[in-house]
Amino acid sequence: MTIKLGVPSKGRLMEKTFDWFGARGVSLSRAGSDREYAGVVEGIGGVELVLLSAGEIPRELAAGRIHLGVTGTDLVREKLGGWEQKVEELAGLGFGHADLVIAVPAAWVDVDTLDDLDAAAAAFRAVHGFRLRIATKYHRLVRDFLREHGVADYQLVDSQGATEGTVKNETAEAVADITSTGDTLRANHLKVLSDGLVLQSQATLFRARGAAVTAGERAALAALTEKLGLD
Amino acid sequence: MTPLASETREAARLREIFTQAGAVPVECAILQPADTLLDLYGEDIRARAYVTSDALRGEQMLRPDFTVPVVQMHMAHGAEPARYTYAGPVFRRQEDDAARASEYMQVGYEVFDGANLAAADAEVFALIGEALNGAALRAATGDIGILKAAVGALNTTAQRKAALMRHIWRPRRFRALIDRFAGRLPVPPARAALLAAADPFAGCAPVIGLRTRREIAARINTLHEDAAAPPIPENEVALIDAILSVREAMPYALEHLRDIAVDMPAIAPAVEQLAARMAALEARGVDVERLDFEASYGRTNMEYYDGFVFGFYAEARPDLPPVATGGRYDALTRMLGQGDAIPAVGGVIRPGLLLELGGRA
Repeated sequence: MTIKLGVPSKGRLMEKTFDWFGARGVSLSRAGSDREYAGVVEGIGGVELVLLSAGEIPRELAAGRIHLGVTGTDLVREKLGGWEQKVEELAGLGFGHADLVIAVPAAWVDVDTLDDLDAAAAAFRAVHGFRLRIATKYHRLVRDFLREHGVADYQLVDSQGATEGTVKNETAEAVADITSTGDTLRANHLKVLSDGLVLQSQATLFRARGAAVTAGERAALAALTEKLGLD
Repeated sequence: MTPLASETREAARLREIFTQAGAVPVECAILQPADTLLDLYGEDIRARAYVTSDALRGEQMLRPDFTVPVVQMHMAHGAEPARYTYAGPVFRRQEDDAARASEYMQVGYEVFDGANLAAADAEVFALIGEALNGAALRAATGDIGILKAAVGALNTTAQRKAALMRHIWRPRRFRALIDRFAGRLPVPPARAALLAAADPFAGCAPVIGLRTRREIAARINTLHEDAAAPPIPENEVALIDAILSVREAMPYALEHLRDIAVDMPAIAPAVEQLAARMAALEARGVDVERLDFEASYGRTNMEYYDGFVFGFYAEARPDLPPVATGGRYDALTRMLGQGDAIPAVGGVIRPGLLLELGGRA
């Protein structure tokens, strides 16, 4: 029996993950052509590589269909209720850094903090007759953050891409999105609230707490974590 | 019998008690239009209720409680005075605690009667207490109206009072606002720079989105007015703190609040309303000497209650939610009534919890 390791199936996240494991003596690679989603593991026995969309890895971990998985902390916390009970963070991998932030138009010179956002939202609702709209795909994280900080009179509108453009397009008044350098926000005339950091995320190796393990798999898992220097 | 079947039977038993007391049994749709609930409760309701949709009617919610549809039904067809009862499942989304039920029965009793508010408050509390008879529960009561009266009495600007009223149900933000309005917190640097700027818009990015430059300028004006207004006096902040810390048996809480009202006469009518309620409760046989009153009770997750609030708890089972809750929601009827408002008070019991605690089945 083998331990299943879920890794993002494409792009920089996959390459950096392969590099991280490679530097620790575990060589991961894709089998055959670039189009084939099967993987090869060398340097350790009993480990199977499963290539998946990064967004599906939290769900697969929670269901126990993979034992280990690499994905962003943002995705795990957004998608898994009670995430601490379902997965364990084994290691931050030191790449894929991204901050989930609340941003408003840079022209809102009167809004610098969540306190300002709350007051602006109340005034906005009185003028426009509806709640101030914040575009995001991170509904749970943003809602929990704003409730925790006592912001009212807003609503979340779903945006699965090009979120920074929603304000200009007048489908939202503010955004909550992932940024690494802030360049895209600035280019779209947006600024981050000074206390608007919802979450700092990075690519992280998670262990599924609920995945069934046989004695053989437990040994393989122990050998892998030792090789990776995680114990 | 399956748990659901016994819960349904217990619900029917409780509803019969309310029907015997003179309430008219009513039914409400399980699917409710989402926009009404979203408009009332804001984004938080999405974390608590199941939202679904179709292409024809748009977003719908599985009812998170009966209060809103019962109020709507009454405002559309009812005549005063009226008493209603209902029993049926409600649905609550659970994202953090798998042990909490996402579907359970609620049995309610709602009174729309403006003739004697204290008597109506006491009627709902006493009737629910009697229906729970036999279960070892602790009752807690409060009154949001007293805190609202105290905020209204503050010697400060209308803007500040409105901001505090808006956040009565968010204690943390309420506290931060009090501290800022009382001058206890330093002005944030960005705010100070904005207020000192000759032209706050100098060199700023293009205005994008629906919020206009005029709206931004209006808020800057408000901030200037606020900066010029004197801080809320320390003695008034101390009175708010004194009110919020009242937590004792009802007769002592009343005396304590009457003492505070000497220094803050504007809360006296709300305090006397508590006195009238206490008398009405006694007249109904409630042992008020052993009934807890907490002035800050009901400030979290009971947003539509704006006067008397209460809950019944299993003291031996702190892991369980309250077995029954209720309160007065006059403001909700105003928001749903398109100009009309009706004094309203009600409460609900969760028969499933009552059974779990070993009540009758």
